[in-house]
Amino acid sequence: MPARYTFGGDEHLFVECSSEMSLEAFFQSLSMATAVRESQIRGVTEICPANASFQVKFNPDLIKPDDILREVQAIEGLAEKSEPVLKTRIIEIPVFYNDPWTHETLMRFRERHQEPGGTDLDYAARINGYGGVEDFVAAHAGSPWFVSMVGFVAGLPFMYQMVDRQRQIEVPKYLRPRTDTPKLTVGHGGCFGCIYSVRGAGGYQMFGVTPMPIFDPTQQTSYLRDFMVFFRPGDIVKFKPVDRDGYDTAVEEVDKRLFSPPIRQVCFDLREFSKDIDGYNAALEGILNGH
Amino acid sequence: MAIKVLHPGLSTSVQDLGRPGYFHLGIPIGGAMDRYAMRAANLLVGNDEGAAGLEAVFMGPKLEFAEDRLVAVTGADMPAKVDGVGQPGWTAFKVKAGQVLSFDFLKSGARILIAVAGGIDVPEALGSRSTYPIGALGGYKGRALAAGDELPVGKADLAEEGKSVAEELRRKPGTPAALRVLPGLYWDRLTDAAKASFFADEWKVAPEADRMGYRFRGGRRLEFIDRKQPFGAGSDPSNIVDSCYPYGSIQVPGGTEPIILHRDAVSGGGYFMVGTVISADMDLIGQLQPHTPARFVEVTMDEALKARADRAALLDRLRQSLS
Repeated sequence: MPARYTFGGDEHLFVECSSEMSLEAFFQSLSMATAVRESQIRGVTEICPANASFQVKFNPDLIKPDDILREVQAIEGLAEKSEPVLKTRIIEIPVFYNDPWTHETLMRFRERHQEPGGTDLDYAARINGYGGVEDFVAAHAGSPWFVSMVGFVAGLPFMYQMVDRQRQIEVPKYLRPRTDTPKLTVGHGGCFGCIYSVRGAGGYQMFGVTPMPIFDPTQQTSYLRDFMVFFRPGDIVKFKPVDRDGYDTAVEEVDKRLFSPPIRQVCFDLREFSKDIDGYNAALEGILNGH
Repeated sequence: MAIKVLHPGLSTSVQDLGRPGYFHLGIPIGGAMDRYAMRAANLLVGNDEGAAGLEAVFMGPKLEFAEDRLVAVTGADMPAKVDGVGQPGWTAFKVKAGQVLSFDFLKSGARILIAVAGGIDVPEALGSRSTYPIGALGGYKGRALAAGDELPVGKADLAEEGKSVAEELRRKPGTPAALRVLPGLYWDRLTDAAKASFFADEWKVAPEADRMGYRFRGGRRLEFIDRKQPFGAGSDPSNIVDSCYPYGSIQVPGGTEPIILHRDAVSGGGYFMVGTVISADMDLIGQLQPHTPARFVEVTMDEALKARADRAALLDRLRQSLS
């Protein structure tokens, strides 16, 4: 699909690969953003990949807007011919679904919700056609997710589940945003999952929490010593449901600086994935589990 | 050398010229809302233009100095006082050991920039001393100042007192504030009538105006061209598949109240944007108070680049006048 180019003022070039979300659009935007980074165009100061688009910040004192446009358009031509393959990592993230902290918060903001009588999980399960919360959680944790964008606030991953469109979980955001969300809440809005990196306002439905910090400006957390932000666009995430004991144990390990999430390097091939999505995901999970 | 915070004002934070390079991870550039005023304040006291100073909004802090230091206050018109004695704005003056720097009420503008010779010497975080409170990053302990804080200040040679920025080199928004906008991004989602009213109407700064973004209200509601919403975008016509947000981009949730993202912007989200305030006018936004009337002025890319060159020339004149 041809990308749409538009300028965000005199310092940003905005490239929309598709107006609708799909794994193909995500893949194209990430590939192009990566190619732009690698081409080291003079005057480019920042490249921000998003779900189905990306943004290039440039210094117009060093490169004319028309020239950056031409350079990035040329990269689009090259990116179309390149193999849809991504070297990345798969990470297992523990999640305590239906936990007491998001539950307390969602009860506190119930009047801002579509369904004041139930919980966010009840609601999401019902409108996505699941028999109950258990089936819904099984689907949420059953297939992996691409980190399609990192942002909004520091280190927050937007995630898109690696399943066909019919099986994508879709939920509206809260009717009015909450003023509070527990840190490390696993949420969902539209077709995107997320993990709230910090406590704060939010409008996504809340399903659970992970014990694993993903942003640490003090860089004390064992796996965040090199850099304070955990996620990168293109990471693959597999959620692992844990119970209260599993959650408490993990928190203790994090506090003792012993926790490290299982991570494996993988090479993702969009063509192979598209041929047999469930088979491909099972193979990815096998790699994660050391098979 | 340290400065003791006796009273923090309304919201005072350590800022410099920002932290570029991490927006792709959701960490915004930050730094002084009014960069020109920040540079001027630093030049007045003999600092590098990018040294860290204090930015205070609407109400100044009360600061006790442990040593003699040259100080300059630029940006908004909020007269500084040393032990109660008034000091001129945009001018370097001395604060002696034991004296207290405080401020009168705000007369115009919104934010003052306070430069102290030697700069505020908090540790750098990701290459900058700017405060990013949502991420508890940079600045003084990652937050706005509080009473009792002791701010470290770098070493400084005693520079000359009395240097001043000429009146014509002090940059301020007009009335109504004219903010030049390059239409783009998702501009074509609007009907022709909405495109016209956006630029024709007078808007007012809403009370929700801070370092992350400035909200405006008072103009007509923007109508959208009908479409079937794309998969993943959400059901409201103002929704898009979550994308990056440029600095200065203007989103209009629900088509009602434009929000201009500023230095502490969220890096992305699911609201369409009608265009972007040009780089030359970003500083002006930080000096707008709530209820200030404002107009959006349509410009082309060529006009945006010309305005950028004009602003750079003004900065050069400022540098020459103070060198």
